[in-house]
Amino acid sequence: MTVLHLAVELDGDGAHPAAWRRSQHGPAELLTGRRTAQVARRAENAGFTLATFDDALTPPAAGPVGRIGAVERAAFAAPQTSAIGLAPVVATTYTEPFHLASQVASLDHASLGRAGWVVAAAAEPAAAWGRPPVTGDALAREARDAVAVARDLFDSWGDDAAIRDVATGRYLDRAQLHYVDFVGETYSVKGPAIVPRPPQGHVVVIAPDGLVPSPDVALVTSPQRVAGALTFLELDVALDTDISAEERLAALDAHTSWPATGRPRHVGSAAGLVEWLTELAGQVDGVRLHPLVLDEDLPELSARVLPALFEARIATRPRDGASLRSTLGLVRPANRFEVVS
Amino acid sequence: MTDFRFPDAQLHFGVFFQGVNHWTIWSHPDSGSQIDFASFRRMVQTAERGLFDAFFLGEGLRLRESGGRIHDLDVAGRPDAITQLAALAAVTERIGLVATQNTTYNEPADLARRLAGLDVLSDGRAGWNVVTTDNAWTGANFRRGGYLDHADRYVRAGQFLDVARAVWDGWADDWQASDGSSWARPDAVTGVRAQTSQFDVDIVPTLPRSAQGHPVIFQAGDSASGRDFAAAHAEVIFSAHGADYDDALAFADDLRERLIVAGRPSDDLRVLPGTEIVIADTEEEAKEKQRSIRLQQVTPATALAIAGQVWGFDLTGRDADGPLPSEEPVFAEPTGEMGSRRWTDPRSIVAQWREVAESEKLSLRETVIRLGPQRGHTGTPGGLAEKFAYWVRSGAVDGFNVSPYLTPDGLDDIVDKLVPELQERGVYRTAYSGTTLREHLDLRPPLTRR
Repeated sequence: MTVLHLAVELDGDGAHPAAWRRSQHGPAELLTGRRTAQVARRAENAGFTLATFDDALTPPAAGPVGRIGAVERAAFAAPQTSAIGLAPVVATTYTEPFHLASQVASLDHASLGRAGWVVAAAAEPAAAWGRPPVTGDALAREARDAVAVARDLFDSWGDDAAIRDVATGRYLDRAQLHYVDFVGETYSVKGPAIVPRPPQGHVVVIAPDGLVPSPDVALVTSPQRVAGALTFLELDVALDTDISAEERLAALDAHTSWPATGRPRHVGSAAGLVEWLTELAGQVDGVRLHPLVLDEDLPELSARVLPALFEARIATRPRDGASLRSTLGLVRPANRFEVVS
Repeated sequence: MTDFRFPDAQLHFGVFFQGVNHWTIWSHPDSGSQIDFASFRRMVQTAERGLFDAFFLGEGLRLRESGGRIHDLDVAGRPDAITQLAALAAVTERIGLVATQNTTYNEPADLARRLAGLDVLSDGRAGWNVVTTDNAWTGANFRRGGYLDHADRYVRAGQFLDVARAVWDGWADDWQASDGSSWARPDAVTGVRAQTSQFDVDIVPTLPRSAQGHPVIFQAGDSASGRDFAAAHAEVIFSAHGADYDDALAFADDLRERLIVAGRPSDDLRVLPGTEIVIADTEEEAKEKQRSIRLQQVTPATALAIAGQVWGFDLTGRDADGPLPSEEPVFAEPTGEMGSRRWTDPRSIVAQWREVAESEKLSLRETVIRLGPQRGHTGTPGGLAEKFAYWVRSGAVDGFNVSPYLTPDGLDDIVDKLVPELQERGVYRTAYSGTTLREHLDLRPPLTRR
């Protein structure tokens, strides 16, 4: 039986823009470390393999206008968890690839090898960066280049570059440090990185299918297989609680309608979701669930959905201390600068 | 009894974790990992046990080089400061968390938000050590590329801070909607529109003020323009004037005068020089310990590298424990590499080195140690506490940013032996009285919030 990997999106109070109205806390509590850690621990205790943290530099069109940066949230959650993967959205259009590579590599060090990076696909606000807008095909170019630079920078340190050779007085082995000399269409990066190679070799790259070459995990919105990557199906999820899922959704929609996300949507019972996920187990490598309201749907997932999948051996709980790569069954990449002859 | 200028002054300690130079000993058996999270957790928790104000991470945006190659003699490789501090915020309760961040190779929308994120996650414990870069060598790692003229770097830094403060002030204090009709009051968030010589930006802030209002601004400039920048913007100055009393006092007095000129109260800035503290039970043991530390810091290879920067050519392969090189030095153009700076006249430096080496009968390595920076303070816990109490009550310093020479145990002596002696003399807190970094440092509200 193939194992279905279970990811969950933890941004804000849930996937619905009015989710905050059903949350068990006030708006101010969302913007705290306490809440950030609590949600990550709940996802880990439920048995999810991976938590993702959506982000953008400017507030969304609907929903809470307050948001802590995703890298900072994931880093705060790192020492509060020990098994779940942590993957922030990091933008690529106007950001400095050198900084973002440092950030996600550092998250991998702080989480002892549990970092992922969700490559942002959404348009970013050029005006906030003071830059001419990048549009159309150029968006994909920036995403592709940023991933290429980051991977080069991850490899710019050999795993054992800190040799501490007392006899010669050398802390570093120069032979294991590499200038990346990346040259793209719009910029170049010299390297090496200022952060040593991440524990996983490369941070796990998660991207919408087709956005960048060879992601580790491709996100899709209909069941399919993407060659060379693990394929995760995106799913919106609203579950029955004391109140039926339809009624819960209708109540939130009365305030703000849930815009079409392009993702298949399950609105109904936990048993129905278990059934659907069981079918999907043969068709995709994993799912990323977007719960309607974290405070309401996460407990249902934790109590009724994941236990049933574990029981049926459709999914497994990640082991404490395991790297995200090992949980996902991904190899630790060889270093591109260290060719074995 | 002496009448002190500041009889009630309290000493503040921060930790400056540099992570890229020869002052961190890596050859010692007790030297741990420079990158494992466990090392950082151990160090920050020790500092918090010692009631330190802040844990402070350095940053350099290009791996150091000498002679056109990666410099391989010193510790190197460190985490991104804000990311690491956000993780450390989760394993600490009170200590301040300060990130060194560059205004030349960042943009305010992004950096102000990341710092605000650290500030709210830590309930008001964030600080920002503002640094600038003026060389294209660092720019080679960035999309932005290039560099700023030496003079323009402070212009950009000042404008950067103005925009960052506007972003931090973008949310009304009463941003929450009282009737629950919306997540926030519709008019609670004010966009930041800035058009200056360095920026043309339109930013919508995503975070309210933290418990301390804004992150605390640290700065380390030492030139006249650097000191003026500090007097205009900074709340803590991380100076290099912390080894000699007269030098420290002159620096602190100079800053106090500049603060008045800038229209701020003379006590609006904490002066926390960088230092190294070596402690032993007797003065003799302390001196011997310091000597042993210096020899581990300035290895033969490191001595040759430092001398090579003065002479302007590669001295690798020479005998560091032998005499000084007999050749005359050559001028080298500054590039951005380590040691590449605007030397006055290398011939006069070499002449001074030769004079000292000859009169004191020193080897090259001993000369490098003897004439190297006087890094700090060596003594017994009681002796150091007596000295520091005098310094802080006289207004020479407000405290120190300590750079431990060992990772991660380098603070243990200070916390276990020196802090109790300081507490006994009434110049060091016996418990945190506040929760924010601003409160620990006894600072006023942010400059835009008075």
